[in-house]
Amino acid sequence: MSQGDVDRTPSPRSDVCIVGAGPAGALVAHRLASEGYDVVVLEAGPRFDPDDRLERMERHIRPSHGPEDVWDMGGPRDAYTNAGEEHYPLNAARVKGVGGTTLHWQGMVFRLHESDFERRSRHGVGRDWPIGYDDLQPYYAEAEAELGVAGADDNPFAPPRAEPFPMPAFRPSYSDSLFAEACEELGIAMHSAPNARNSEAHDGRSACQGYGTCKPVCPSGAKYDATVHVAKAEAEGARVIDRVPVQRIEHDRSGETVEAVVYATPDGTEHRQEARQFVLAAGGIEIPRLLLLSRSTQHPDGLANSSGAVGRYFMDHLFAGMGGELDAPTRQKHVGFITSESHQFYDDVDESVGPYKLEFLNYAGQSPVNVALSTESEAAWGDALAEEIRDTYGNRIAMGGLCGQPPRAENRVTLDPDVTDDHGNPVPEIHWSLGDRERRTIEAANETQAAIMNELGVDVDWVTDAATTGPAFHHMGTTRMGTDPDESVVNPRLRTHDLDNCWIASASTFVTGGALNPTLTIAALALRAADAVDAEL
Amino acid sequence: MELTRRDALAALASTGIVVGAGAAALSHLDDRRAEPDVDVDTLVAVAEVLYPSEVTGVREFVETFVAGRTADRPDYRAGMADALAVVDERAERWFDGPFATLDREDRDATLRQLGADAIPPDPEGRPPGRVRYYVVNELLYAFYTSPAGGSLVGTENPIGHPGGTTSYQRGPDA
Repeated sequence: MSQGDVDRTPSPRSDVCIVGAGPAGALVAHRLASEGYDVVVLEAGPRFDPDDRLERMERHIRPSHGPEDVWDMGGPRDAYTNAGEEHYPLNAARVKGVGGTTLHWQGMVFRLHESDFERRSRHGVGRDWPIGYDDLQPYYAEAEAELGVAGADDNPFAPPRAEPFPMPAFRPSYSDSLFAEACEELGIAMHSAPNARNSEAHDGRSACQGYGTCKPVCPSGAKYDATVHVAKAEAEGARVIDRVPVQRIEHDRSGETVEAVVYATPDGTEHRQEARQFVLAAGGIEIPRLLLLSRSTQHPDGLANSSGAVGRYFMDHLFAGMGGELDAPTRQKHVGFITSESHQFYDDVDESVGPYKLEFLNYAGQSPVNVALSTESEAAWGDALAEEIRDTYGNRIAMGGLCGQPPRAENRVTLDPDVTDDHGNPVPEIHWSLGDRERRTIEAANETQAAIMNELGVDVDWVTDAATTGPAFHHMGTTRMGTDPDESVVNPRLRTHDLDNCWIASASTFVTGGALNPTLTIAALALRAADAVDAEL
Repeated sequence: MELTRRDALAALASTGIVVGAGAAALSHLDDRRAEPDVDVDTLVAVAEVLYPSEVTGVREFVETFVAGRTADRPDYRAGMADALAVVDERAERWFDGPFATLDREDRDATLRQLGADAIPPDPEGRPPGRVRYYVVNELLYAFYTSPAGGSLVGTENPIGHPGGTTSYQRGPDA
């Protein structure tokens, strides 16, 4: 069926309408469609052709294309503004389309630690989650099975688990073995890093082929992305409509129940999709934006916003890292994912420093083709270029790390009344700044990294510190969960306090964000939300 | 180091051109070897400047690669043909002969005088940007995403090449 033949009219008798076809929306759709419900998913972006992935990889590698070109981001549809102290490059941080941001994610999947759910009671920071690790543990196991996680139970710092990983972990890299010697001297434990990436053929997808371009595109499909569960949901009867950005949510006369969402088709026609239950799964920026765009007489500050918390407490993880040159080959850039980390310092949290984790990178420096294609290189071509590549490629080594950011009310997503998107709606305005706590956390991570680099004998020539840090593109906290309707947006079952049939499956419900990549927790919460919606139906 | 058609097929695997490794794929490309628009002689002559001098078998590599790259992509073929015409026209103007007939030094000078050594690639831009995109970066991409090109600079599994998940575990002496 060509794009022009796609039926984008509403489904007549939907039990569930889901906004967003990323990992959360796809998992909820699959779970509820499998239970026999009539499910419709509305996705703002397009359905990408899987046969185009090598071409997208080439766009990533060749310098004539920007990072937003790989997945066709940017332009009036995706307009946004910044108002905070720190610039937030939003369109580099997300993908709109069937599969969502998992199309360009790295594929790192960790369970939050028990302490992450109790940050307030343990360290006086932020708020405690209204649920604990125990509540999420079975959903974490289900999420690992659904995504297909390659991992090993060798991380002494990870929270308890009751079952093995679905696939064996990827073996450590050669450069991991270099780091291991230094870490052993320093008493730092390394362990495997769980990957949502096939270490062997699994779930109808191949093992990793080693293209080395995981982020932003995996041509082989070995890396999990949400198109997997979109396909499974469709096989169970769910309907997924692409290129239909939802414009607003409409409630009934009482203001307590959502009646419909209004969406626009590519030709500008607006339709109303009615349903019994609505699940918002459009990520930590577009969910608060949609709620704010849907203000009404009964909800003058935006839907589900009686607390005033919609859009507030926006958090990301901060990158800390350093790299340099070793006087020996390091064998980088064969793969684009991480095989070893250290979470040894993760729970060394106190009143002044937050959690951080360390990553031992397998992709330090520039790849040969990057050097070859760049007009910044000294040599243009020929023998001189080959020599320059040998000099710049072979001996690079680097570490990364993620540092936690506590929730702050002033970090938020609002509507910019002065800038509108292609449908005339105010665009999201990002207010983002850093505080002393995350600066100190970054300094702590840098100190540990410097000790390891020094022990290894690396000539360090770049550092990402508190002054130069940037976001890890994890949008959390903007419709946070809680038991008190005066200070949170959704309850522990992920339903909004204010509307009795509106649910949120997203990192936007995180109360605190820890310092671990959020997608496994997003998936676990999505499965929990699906159970709750099922019970409601 | 000698490049072969098999190296070109490996390079094509990094570009969205799906070719199996078998004989069927080779004969499939044979049918498309003679694309009328693209001046393969000029393209090969450019590659001989861009690739390290120890590399041989450039013609076979480039012919196979460009046949796969331009098959069923008329717009891309037209862009490449147009850029190669620019290269040849400048060679005629500055060095009084077709690019492919010039010695290595004059070919190098032609490309540099064009600005193709320093200008950002731009498929829709002015001639030098198009030469950088369709000719220079095209050929460098083919070479340095292939195991043959990668091996010459230290990696048998360069990014863009589906070289599996064992090479990253190996040390330099393995």
